[in-house]
Amino acid sequence: MNWFKYSAPAAFYPLAGRLIPWFWRLAFVFAAAGLYIGLVAAPVDFQQGEAYRIIFIHVGAAWMSMFIYLVMAFWGGMGLAFNTRLSGMMAQALAPTGTMFAFLSLWTGAFWGKPMWGTWWLWSDARLMSSLILLFLYIGFLALTHAIDDKRRADRAGAILLLVGVVNIPVIYFSVQWWNTLHQGASVSVKGSSMAVIMLWGMLLVALAMWMYTIAVALTRARIIILEREWRADWVQTLSNPESAGGTAGN
Amino acid sequence: MMHWSSFSEFLAMGGKGFYVWGAFGVTALCLVLEPFFLARRRRATLARLARRLRAEAKTGDRP
Amino acid sequence: MRALLHVIVRDLRLALRRPADIVSTLFFFVIVASLFPLGVGPDPALLRQLAPGVLWVGALLATMLSLPRLFADDFRDGTLEQMALSPNPLGLAVLGKVVAHWLYSGLPLAVLAPVLGLQFDLSTGALGVLTFSILLGTPALSGIGAIGAGLTLGLRGGGVLLSLLVLPLYIPVLIFGAGAVDAVAGGLEPQTHLALLTALSVGGVAFAPWIAALALKLALE
Repeated sequence: MNWFKYSAPAAFYPLAGRLIPWFWRLAFVFAAAGLYIGLVAAPVDFQQGEAYRIIFIHVGAAWMSMFIYLVMAFWGGMGLAFNTRLSGMMAQALAPTGTMFAFLSLWTGAFWGKPMWGTWWLWSDARLMSSLILLFLYIGFLALTHAIDDKRRADRAGAILLLVGVVNIPVIYFSVQWWNTLHQGASVSVKGSSMAVIMLWGMLLVALAMWMYTIAVALTRARIIILEREWRADWVQTLSNPESAGGTAGN
Repeated sequence: MMHWSSFSEFLAMGGKGFYVWGAFGVTALCLVLEPFFLARRRRATLARLARRLRAEAKTGDRP
Repeated sequence: MRALLHVIVRDLRLALRRPADIVSTLFFFVIVASLFPLGVGPDPALLRQLAPGVLWVGALLATMLSLPRLFADDFRDGTLEQMALSPNPLGLAVLGKVVAHWLYSGLPLAVLAPVLGLQFDLSTGALGVLTFSILLGTPALSGIGAIGAGLTLGLRGGGVLLSLLVLPLYIPVLIFGAGAVDAVAGGLEPQTHLALLTALSVGGVAFAPWIAALALKLALE
C-alpha cells in the first residue's frame, strides 16, 4: 500500500469517510466494556473507596491529552519538512479534541482530588501543573491558527508553536518537580501498584475507546476542513454536485 | 460479576456519588456534544458548498 | 560577527532614540510591584514571602510589554525584508535583536529589581540573588519572546495573542527564577536554580532566534 497516495486530500477524503464508521463502532465496544468493568464489575478499592472509579476515565483523558499533542507536533513537523497540505489540516482537526481532553483530565482530576486529598487543586503537584500548561499550549495553538487568515501561514506558524511546545513539556515537568523537591517534597503521587488486573483492563479499555473516538472525530473534522479549504478543486465539485450535496459527499 | 446489590447503591457510589457522577457526567457530556456540533458544522459546510456551486453554475461556470 | 554587532548597535540606537518606551516599561514594573503591598496589606512577613514571585511575574509582564515592538517597526519600513534577503542568515539578525532587547529591557529590570525588593523587606542576600536571577533569566525571556513576536507579527490583536503564546512558555523561567530567591530566603543554596536558569538562557538565546527567523519568514511571504 502506498501511504503517500493518501496524503493527497482527494484520496484521503473518501478513505477517511469509509474508516470513520468503523472507528465509531470500535469506540462504542471498548467504551461499553471499559465502563462495565470500571463502574459495575470492579470491586471497591479498600484504601480509596468508591470515588477511585474516576481514575478509569481520568487516566484515559490524561493520556489522550498528551498523546494528541505529540501527534499534532508530529504532523506539524511533517508539514514543515515536506510541505504537505494534509499535515496542517490534521493538526487543525486534532486540536479541539486535544483541548477537550486536556480540560477533561483536569476536571476529572479535580473531582478525584477532592474526595481523596480533600482539595480540588494542588499548585504543588508537578503533574497537575504540567497538565494545566498543556491546556494553555492547546489554547495558544487554537488562538494563533485562528488569528491568521492565510491558511498556509496559519498551518506553518501553528507547527512552529507545536514544536516549541513539545520541547517545553519535559522542561516544565522537571522544572516543577525540581521546584517541589527543594521545598516540601513530593506530596501525592498517583500510583497504581495495588491495582488489580481487572482495574488495569478497565483503564486500558476506556483509554482505547477514547483513542478510537479521537480518530473518528478527527477524521470527521479533517474532512470538513478539506471541504472548506479545497472546495474549488474539481474533485470536490464532482463529489458534491448541487443536486445531492448531502448524498454524494456523505460517502 | 456485579459489585452492586441495588441500583440506588450504584448511584450513591458509597456516598461519593457527586464526585463520581460529576466526573463521568461532564466527560460524557463533552464526548456527546463534540460529535453533535461537528455533525452540525459538516451539514452547514455542505450546504454552503452547494450554494456556492449553484451560484457559480448560474453565472456561467467561471473557473 | 560584524553583522551581528551591527544589528545590536543599530537596535540599541533606535531604542535609545525613544527612551520613553524603555522608561514606561520599567515604570510598569514598578507599578505592578507596588500594587501588591497595597493590595495584600503591609505585613512584612507576608510581603517577604510574596516578593520573589511578585517581582518575577512583574519582570515577565514588563518584558512581554516590549515584545510586540521587537520586529514591528522593521517589518513596517521594510528593514526586516532586507535582512531576510541579505547574504547573512536571518537568524543572526534576530540574535542581534534579541541581545539588544535584553540590553534595553532585561538589564534595566535587573538593576531596578533590588530597589523594588527593598519595598518587600527582602534580606541583602535575597536581594543579591534576585538581581542575579533576573540577570541570568531575562535572556531566555527575550529569546522565547522573539519566537512569539515572530509568530504574531502583523496579526490583528497581536499583543494579546502574543501573551497567550509566550506566557506558558515562560513558566520554567519563572519557577527557577522565583525558586532561587525562595531558596535563599529559606536558608538554602540557590546554585541549582541559578544553573538551570543559565541553561535555559543559553538554550533560549542559542536556538530561539533561528526558530523566530523561521516564523518571520512566514510573515514576510
